[in-house]
Amino acid sequence: MPNKVFVRRSKLLFQLLLSKLQQGWNLLRELSGDDAYERYLQHQALAHPDEKPLCRHAFFKQAQQQKWQGVKRCC
Amino acid sequence: MQQRISHIVIWLFISILGASAVGGIALHRGESINAIWFIVAAVCVYAIGYRFYSAWVAARILMLDHTRATPAERLNDGRDYMPTNRWVVFGHHFAAIAGPGPLIGPTLAAQFGYLPGTLWILAGSVLAGCVQDMCVLFFSTRRNGRSLGQMARDELGPIGGAAALFATLLIMIILIAVLGLVVVNAMKHSPWATSTVIATIPIAIIVGIYMRYLRPGRVLEGSLLGVVLLLLSVGGGGWVDQQPVLRELFNHPGLPLAFGVIGYGFLAAVLPVWLLLAPRDYLSTFMKLGTVLLLAAAIIVLQPEIKMPALTQFVDGTGPIFAGSLFPFVFITIACGAISGFHALIASGTTPKLLSNERDIPMIGYGGMALESFVAIMALIAATVLEPGIYFAINSPAGIVGALPSEAVATISSWGFPVTVEQMDALAKAMGEATLFARTGGAPSLAVGMASIFGSAFGDHLLAIWYHFAIMFEAVFILTTLDAGTRVGRFMLQDMLGNIWPKLGRTSWYPSVIFSSALVVSGWGYFLYIGVIDPNGGVNILWPLFGIANQMLAAIALCVCTGIIIKSGKLKYVWVTALPLLWLTILTSTAVYEKVSSDNPRLGFFAAADDLSQKLASGVLPPEKAAVAPQLIFNQQLDAWLALLFAALLWIIILDMLRMASRHLRGLPVPASNETPYQRTQLENNQAEDNKPENHGLGATS
Repeated sequence: MPNKVFVRRSKLLFQLLLSKLQQGWNLLRELSGDDAYERYLQHQALAHPDEKPLCRHAFFKQAQQQKWQGVKRCC
Repeated sequence: MQQRISHIVIWLFISILGASAVGGIALHRGESINAIWFIVAAVCVYAIGYRFYSAWVAARILMLDHTRATPAERLNDGRDYMPTNRWVVFGHHFAAIAGPGPLIGPTLAAQFGYLPGTLWILAGSVLAGCVQDMCVLFFSTRRNGRSLGQMARDELGPIGGAAALFATLLIMIILIAVLGLVVVNAMKHSPWATSTVIATIPIAIIVGIYMRYLRPGRVLEGSLLGVVLLLLSVGGGGWVDQQPVLRELFNHPGLPLAFGVIGYGFLAAVLPVWLLLAPRDYLSTFMKLGTVLLLAAAIIVLQPEIKMPALTQFVDGTGPIFAGSLFPFVFITIACGAISGFHALIASGTTPKLLSNERDIPMIGYGGMALESFVAIMALIAATVLEPGIYFAINSPAGIVGALPSEAVATISSWGFPVTVEQMDALAKAMGEATLFARTGGAPSLAVGMASIFGSAFGDHLLAIWYHFAIMFEAVFILTTLDAGTRVGRFMLQDMLGNIWPKLGRTSWYPSVIFSSALVVSGWGYFLYIGVIDPNGGVNILWPLFGIANQMLAAIALCVCTGIIIKSGKLKYVWVTALPLLWLTILTSTAVYEKVSSDNPRLGFFAAADDLSQKLASGVLPPEKAAVAPQLIFNQQLDAWLALLFAALLWIIILDMLRMASRHLRGLPVPASNETPYQRTQLENNQAEDNKPENHGLGATS
């Protein structure tokens, strides 16, 4: 039945589109630093499981302070 | 085999297309030429440079090793050092290197015609700028992400290191002053532009509070909110402009605006980063990327005609926007669009700490600069789609063409670029401005160019909105550089002062913060003040000075690279960085020589000082000019000594490098190369791709 094939194909195509959108969204979040805290939690869990991680609020403050210590923008 | 042939065919096609586009641009002598040729030429040149030259440099000289663990992997702390997706690193790197320079430089350099600027932007970037960025990124990656100053000290010696640090601080001061001047000239007597630019400050603060307290760390939400508010502020500025009482509140001449910018700069430097600087930076990055993409799409779809001739008579040095002949001043003026020393500070320090594999260095270092250079090409297009008469009327200072509109159009028309007062008035009205005469600095003419490109897509009734959108975009961008630059200048100064009195070196001690911020702000504030009171438009003085300083910093970075290449025993390939270094040294030395020794008061600093002193003594100056003359005379002399100091610093570093190189070649001991020892990468991602051939996409260049 060509109809069935068509439905299956469009389903696959839709899934592919969805996963591409998801990838793009993740890239945008990573680019902008929107997911920085989640990444920090991951890193802490892996590298220092015994330490208590900073809360979101404190982490963000510290990360921003640190970011603007050096040359970050130019002409 | 088949794949190989298809590769050869594709690259042959790109080469032929690129060569014909460049040739067409260079040899074309007609009424106008389509902008699409510039885009085609640029994309082909970058593609070829990236695919062949960067790959060759990476394989032969740098010898990238994808099995080697990068500092991000070895020193991973989840924050500074962190292996990151190559596209994310590319995005961060590009956002950091792309500043207002490549928008302003090409706009000013268009006074020579479209050809010199285009050729240098293309050749300079693929042969010098991209190579510098890529080499510095590589050398810093092999040295745990050390900064340019540290590398200069380690690899050349303490003198080179100190000179590099000092030069960086001075460049920062000149850069901020000239950027401040550009913003002031864009806001001068424009209630719409002024109110919109002022509105960006509370908007940034709202976003800052949102990201800090309401929704901590939600960068995308906060930025979206900010971008919407910024767009509303452009419309709001138009409304303010219509209110007779309100508009007077924002209608100011240059001087009060300059003091406003100076005060703002001081506040921004001492306020916490989360309140103003960080949120402003998010907004500026989104606006920057969005506008650049929009402009690229508009140029590709609309294919505007370039109306500027290929070459103008001003190649002889009599240009109204800035004085000086084609050589060396087209190179000095373009600066960041072809090669920028500032990039070396980003490529050492921040970016290397994020690289997950050395394989990504060509894409990020070389590709990032190619994209920046593409922005410069677009700025050049936006400036040259204007009728040349209009371009010169907007950009020429009153001191050159005359203060009255009728005088200005007569002078400009007599150069062979016809323009009328009616034409300028109609244009100003369409853009929602009182006047567009003598708006030096590059921002207004770029905004008019962008507005006319966008206007032809979306209808002319939106011209005023587009114009002020472009002004807002440039201002947001420039003020971010101003904030960030003042802060960096403060840190550098505190670092130096800390050697004299350790307490001053503590970045968290508030009296020291206030003191050093005030010093930095008064440094650039002084040059900004003089730039505003100078009737010839401070751009004529400040932009060349900035260009010289920037190109000199690039020469310092290339010196460090050349020194390392010689030390690593690759003398036969040293020309890759040594030739650009030689070229920049000739450029900056000639420019300094002309700026100091020329008898032409518009070009030579000392000549200008003498000329003004004579006029002052003989009493021919009108009283308001006589009042500021002593300051202008002092400033011209100061600028001359500053230019000489720049040249001296550059030569000290070059001689230090040559001394080191000659010792090395004679087998005498030199400072050891500080490359960190090899360690195999443990990242799965990298190992899995061990056996794959290098993948050189084109994505990074277009």
